[in-house]
Formats: sequence, structure tokens, C-alpha cells
Amino acid sequence: MTTVLDQIVPARAPWSAVIRKGQTLTIEDLAGNQAVDCLIYNADDTAERYSAPDTVAAQGTIFLTTGSVLRSSEGNPLMTVIGDQVGRHDTVGGACSRESNTLRYGQHTKHQHACVENFLIEGSRWGLGKRDLVSNINWYMNVPVDPDGSLGIVDGISAPGLTVTLRAEMDVLVLVSNCPQINNPCNGFDPTPVRMLVTAP
Amino acid sequence: MSTATTTGAREHARAQGGTVVECMPTVPASTGLTWEETIPGGGYASKRLARGTTLRLTDVHGDACVSVLVFNADEPWERLNVADTVKVLWQAYVGEGHLLLSDQGRALATVTAGSPDRSDTFCGTTTLTSNSSRYGDGSPHSATPAGRELFTLAAAKHGLTRRDLPPSISFFQGVRVGADGGFTWLGSAGPGAVVELRAEMPVTVLLVNVPHPLDPREEYTCSPVRISARPGKPSEPRDARTPEAERALFNTVDYLTARGLA
Repeated sequence: MTTVLDQIVPARAPWSAVIRKGQTLTIEDLAGNQAVDCLIYNADDTAERYSAPDTVAAQGTIFLTTGSVLRSSEGNPLMTVIGDQVGRHDTVGGACSRESNTLRYGQHTKHQHACVENFLIEGSRWGLGKRDLVSNINWYMNVPVDPDGSLGIVDGISAPGLTVTLRAEMDVLVLVSNCPQINNPCNGFDPTPVRMLVTAP
Repeated sequence: MSTATTTGAREHARAQGGTVVECMPTVPASTGLTWEETIPGGGYASKRLARGTTLRLTDVHGDACVSVLVFNADEPWERLNVADTVKVLWQAYVGEGHLLLSDQGRALATVTAGSPDRSDTFCGTTTLTSNSSRYGDGSPHSATPAGRELFTLAAAKHGLTRRDLPPSISFFQGVRVGADGGFTWLGSAGPGAVVELRAEMPVTVLLVNVPHPLDPREEYTCSPVRISARPGKPSEPRDARTPEAERALFNTVDYLTARGLA
């Protein structure tokens, strides 16, 4: 096992890397309950990208954990969750944006940091634009669905040092926003750094 | 009729005009309507609609499943955001009164009729890969077309590509999520079920009518959906039922006012 990348993503910052087929990405929640918003693309054809609906329909459940196959918009496996110390992760809640924040919390949040801003600035380095953003994964975020359909981001179930590990099933571009959200419990109202470790077999 | 000559071929072609089948557009639409069409199972349609238009969908025989994408007609990089639609409005089962939110914090449309038990914000539509695996083929001209392939065609008619196809919402077939996150497929409401969407800005709608991804039936089962659209007035922010919906409608008015459209 060789280390390809070992990087700290500061609180609120974006991150991206190409992970080659067979390599693994481990995300470590250094301080606990930090939401890590994540989009995945076929590195050779970014028109093929992570699809939350194809993923949840194929596995029959909305929660992601060990064994979850992260499927593309074309139904192909992008990555597989091969290790998870938390138990479940969200792919329903999407990313925070300046615009959606104005609806959720009020117009005073318009100029705060938001994940979509991270996705746009980091994606622009790879030729990706706004039309390339779709419903994403939120590692470590807890979004239960009540029997009446009510749902929302509630207190997390992660803790300092817990990890989730993904194996690339094709060459993929992984785009991350280390969520800057300060208005809801996804980060315990306090964004913190995470560690990204890429290894090759 | 011989088609060996130009004259004969022309007569043969023109003799087909006026044929009436169940699944076809009515052109022009009947008085008072702006769009009248029946989409077959395995079919698709699209249209640009004026602000205030009410788009009425009727499940004719009880086995329709219509997946919907909505775009700002003038700036199609603004489009339906399913995650925001459920998260911002705190509700995954989309029924009457629910807004379809864009990725810009605005309302594209309002659901003005339809059962929250018979909609799905989770599973999207089917792919060439999934239909080929389940039914043997998923290409548009096969007997078992996949939803994403049909969305790709519908999008292309408006200058859009696969990159412009985010997750969709489907109507007429429902799912429930258990405490463990698992799905229960509820199937259809039956013949005559109605869904209505009111456009809150000028929009482009893409509609595909294909079996739901979780439909357990072995056969590709999907029946026609009837479309009828009529002009009307957009929603008033003061009529919104939640503060989030009110702000979305105010954001929409703010955007349209700046453009001289409200």
C-alpha cells in the first residue's frame, strides 16, 4: 500500500483530486461531525457523474454505508464504500448554497460561505460549470426521513477520528466542499478540517 | 395507391393526414388550452410554458409514471434542484402546495394538485444500463426505453445535453422511506389520477413517461398520460404556507421584476 496523497482540507475549503481505478480514498472526520459534501465524475467523461437517485434506487435505501455502490448518471459504479466507522451518510440533503440559504434561514445569509460556491470555484479548475452540479453526497451528515416525509439535517452521529473509505471503480474526479455551513447542526455550527488520504494497492 | 412516382408518394403521404390515435398532440389545442397532448408509455414531450400556466397531467389508465425536469426557459442553467426542493421545504413527499425549487433559491413551479403518496423525489428515472439489465434494452426506439435516454432527447430539442439533466421528480407512482432508509414502492393511484403544476416563471418542462425504477413487475408496464395546459396567474407570495416558500416566491418576483417580467 503506497500513499498517493495525504492532505488536510481546512475548514470551509474546497478540495479535488483524480483517484485512479483501484485506489482508495479515506476521509477522516478530524474534529467530529463535519459535513463533507462530495461530487464524483468519470475522469475521462465528466458528463457522466454521481447520481443520488440511481444510487439509492439500486441499493434500495437512502443511507450510504459499507457496501454502498456509488452509481453514475449512466448507472455505472463510480466508487464503492469499503469501510465506514460511522454507520450511515446522507445523499438526500444536497449542498448548501447562498441562494438556498436565503430560503432556509433568511436574506441575511446571502453573503455567507456555502458549498456550491466551493463546488463552482474548484470545479472551474477542471472545466466544470454550474450545469455539472447535481445532488451530492454528504459524508458524516445525518438526514432522517420521518414517517410523514418530514426531513431535515439534525445532529450528527460522527465523532473525532472516524473515517469512511471509498474504492474507485473507474478513474474518477472527486470534488469536495468541506462544508462551511454555520446555520444548522451538520457541522455542530462550527466547520472543522478533514483529512483526505489516497492510497494505491 | 402506387408510391412509384412523386405524385403517388405525395398522395400516399397526404392520405395519412387526419389519422387519430390515442397518443398524439392536438394541434392547435382546444379553445382555452395552450398544450394538449397524450404521451404514450415509453414516450416523452417538452414545452416552453408562460408564467402562470397550469400544466395538468392525467393518468389515463392508471399505470403512468411521469418524471419531470423544469428549467428557467430563458436561462436554462437555472434548473430544478430536487435536494433543495425537499430540504428547504422540510418534506420529501411532494403534494399540493409544494414548490419545485431551482438551484437559485427560486420557485420554478408549484404543485397545485397531486397526491404526496404518489410522487417520488428519491429514485429519479431509469438508465440505459438499468433497463438493458432488467428488460434487455433501454434505447429510445426499443420497446423498453429508459427515462434518461428520453430526457436526453427532450433536452436536445432545447439545446441542452446530458450535462443539463439533474435528478428528476416523478409523479403518479409513490415510494415510502422506512426508519432504516429502505424503500417501499406504493405503485399507482389508479386511472384518472391528476397532477397539476403551475409555472412561477417562464419555464421549459421535460416530461418522460416510463416505469418507475422500483416497479417490481417483470413486464415493462407504463400507460399513457394526458397533458392539458391552460393560461393563468402565478402564485402570490402572501399565499405561501411556509416562510421558506414565501421567501422562494419573493425571490422569484425579485428576479422577474429586475428582468421586467413581473
